[in-house]
Amino acid sequence: MIELREDQDVYLTHFADRGQRTAAEPEWLRDLRRSAMDRFAALGFPTTHNEDWKYTNVSGIARLAARPAPAATLTRKELERLPFANLGCGVRLVFLNGRFSPKLSAAKRLPAGVNAASLASVLENGSAPLENHLARYAGFEENAFVALNTALFEDGALIEIAKGTVVEEPIHLVFVSVGGAEPWVAHPRNLILAGRGSQAAVIETYVASGEGVHFTNAVTEIVAAEGAVTEHYKLQHEGAQAFHVGTIQGLQERSSSLTSHNVGFGAALARNDVNVVLDGEGAECMLNGLYATTGKQHVDNHSTLDHAKPNCNSRELYKGILDGQGTGVFNGKIIVHKDAQKTNALQSNKNLLLSADAMINTKPQLEIFADDVRCTHGATVGQLDKDALFYMQTRGIPREAARDLLTYAFAGELFDRMNWAPARERLEQELYRKLSQGRKP
Amino acid sequence: MLIIRNLRAGIGDKEILKGIDLEVKPGEVHAIMGPNGSGKSTLAQVLAGRDFYEVTGGEVIYEGHDLLELDPEERAAEGIFLAFQYPVEIPGVSNMYFLRAALNNIRKRSGVEELDAVDFLELVKERMTALDMPEGLLNRAVNVGFSGGEKKRNEIFQLAVLEPKLAILDETDSGLDIDALRLVANGVNSLRSPKRSFVVVTHYQRLLNYIVPDFVHVMSNGRIVKSGDKTLALELEQKGYAELDELAVSELVR
Repeated sequence: MIELREDQDVYLTHFADRGQRTAAEPEWLRDLRRSAMDRFAALGFPTTHNEDWKYTNVSGIARLAARPAPAATLTRKELERLPFANLGCGVRLVFLNGRFSPKLSAAKRLPAGVNAASLASVLENGSAPLENHLARYAGFEENAFVALNTALFEDGALIEIAKGTVVEEPIHLVFVSVGGAEPWVAHPRNLILAGRGSQAAVIETYVASGEGVHFTNAVTEIVAAEGAVTEHYKLQHEGAQAFHVGTIQGLQERSSSLTSHNVGFGAALARNDVNVVLDGEGAECMLNGLYATTGKQHVDNHSTLDHAKPNCNSRELYKGILDGQGTGVFNGKIIVHKDAQKTNALQSNKNLLLSADAMINTKPQLEIFADDVRCTHGATVGQLDKDALFYMQTRGIPREAARDLLTYAFAGELFDRMNWAPARERLEQELYRKLSQGRKP
Repeated sequence: MLIIRNLRAGIGDKEILKGIDLEVKPGEVHAIMGPNGSGKSTLAQVLAGRDFYEVTGGEVIYEGHDLLELDPEERAAEGIFLAFQYPVEIPGVSNMYFLRAALNNIRKRSGVEELDAVDFLELVKERMTALDMPEGLLNRAVNVGFSGGEKKRNEIFQLAVLEPKLAILDETDSGLDIDALRLVANGVNSLRSPKRSFVVVTHYQRLLNYIVPDFVHVMSNGRIVKSGDKTLALELEQKGYAELDELAVSELVR
């Protein structure tokens, strides 16, 4: 018998409270939830003694005494006003406090070969595709937050792209946290299955409507089957009191291509993990990341590129813009297995500090067991170029605009890599807005 | 247009400009010559508003107002332009975007309507043709990967688009071969007008064969030690700057 600490009791209670609903679920899922809950109980919330959480103190989350997310309402007008909520995608699934909102969603007219549905409804109507995939990729043995999500998730999206299907517009998932008086927690869970030779993009947006203390604990699993070309965006921009922990876990089969754009404009505390296993020869993975903090925001990005098979390429570029008293973390792990010869892995992390009080901790972590590989990594921390600022001012561009323009230019390389133009455009606007907010006293 | 009286400036305890007096009237071209370290570039930078130089004395009156009160971008809006000795590279910002932001900020401050993308492109194309600039430069990041000559031409191109009242050229001739020098000089000459003044800072007389100045001033050790017409430049070319130190001393004694 494991003795639980008080902060874990809250979640054990949540688990017990959903007992009836769990009982109605298929046996495999019941077993899964049970073992995940046990694992969470054993692990507990990580402390800063845990190497993976060295610079991110989650005691604020552990102490939260959050209740399960209450039902929420939002008008269409309120929704469209939120950043990254409207990106011009024909298929959009909207979730309020973690629960699917059919009213706000546009998911009826799906392109041929595409299935996009709420996970809860899939579970109600027979769970065949789930049983083979759910929780097969995002392991919870070592990650308390993934364990917690697996034990307690209520909803999210299942996206299936059939073999050979080419989808032109991204499929958009919007998770809105609607502010409330009491702290609450939601565990969105997504599963993206890209069939052989398919081409598709999925955008996940995490935003908040109204201020409030809430904790979003999200997990997304992505499988790119042989030859699939998959693009994934995570655009995260929540309230100043919010907590966000998210894990994206990808699996790539032979000759597949997976591109991840991971944008974190923060919460009070945000942790955005992206892990990909390159599990078939000739797979290519590109991880792009942009994080920006103002005020006292903290944002932590961990990534793992797990080269399990030979002849795979990975390219990782993360850029951070840190203003105010913001703090950032980048930890990029690259594992090259013994037989993953001819691996080519490039990692780069660049940071721009806009104030004297901002801080970044950046660390590459290479574990290479093969001998014929090419792995490079580099990290930079710098400030805006004073000569460039003066040059722009002498051309009539006000200092603040010059500062914003240089900052934007720093991030521009990452925007250029995004294929969906409306996402690029909204990001540009939001970055400018965030920078100007950061200047307010 | 521009009156500089007893201007003193430096970095920390080190005084670089030790009392400059200069008056520039509309339409005039003034050349400022002098050896390295004489303070020519510092003068150019101080006029443009570089903040790491501290002005410790004197005054600069531009069109009847105290210039030193203004931020660099305000000076630009008032019609002052500095062509840099070392134009700065700005990765990620296209020349086109940069120039349009510059022009529209200046227009906005002057209460003139901003140019839309179409009108702007038209203006830019016209000026490019006049300066024989390759069109490809527009879409490249500001000065990134430009050759030395392209950078200098880009400065003059910016000058042509922004149409300042007072243009300060800081060693625009340095690093240019004779063909590039001719192109740059032709560009400048085509922009001369009775309302536009130039201060041309240069180490060598060679540029002044092409941009013929109305006045030549010689700087040494933070002061203007001699002023004259264009023949002074030729005289310097023959005698060199070596005699200047004596000149500076004799001026002091006097």
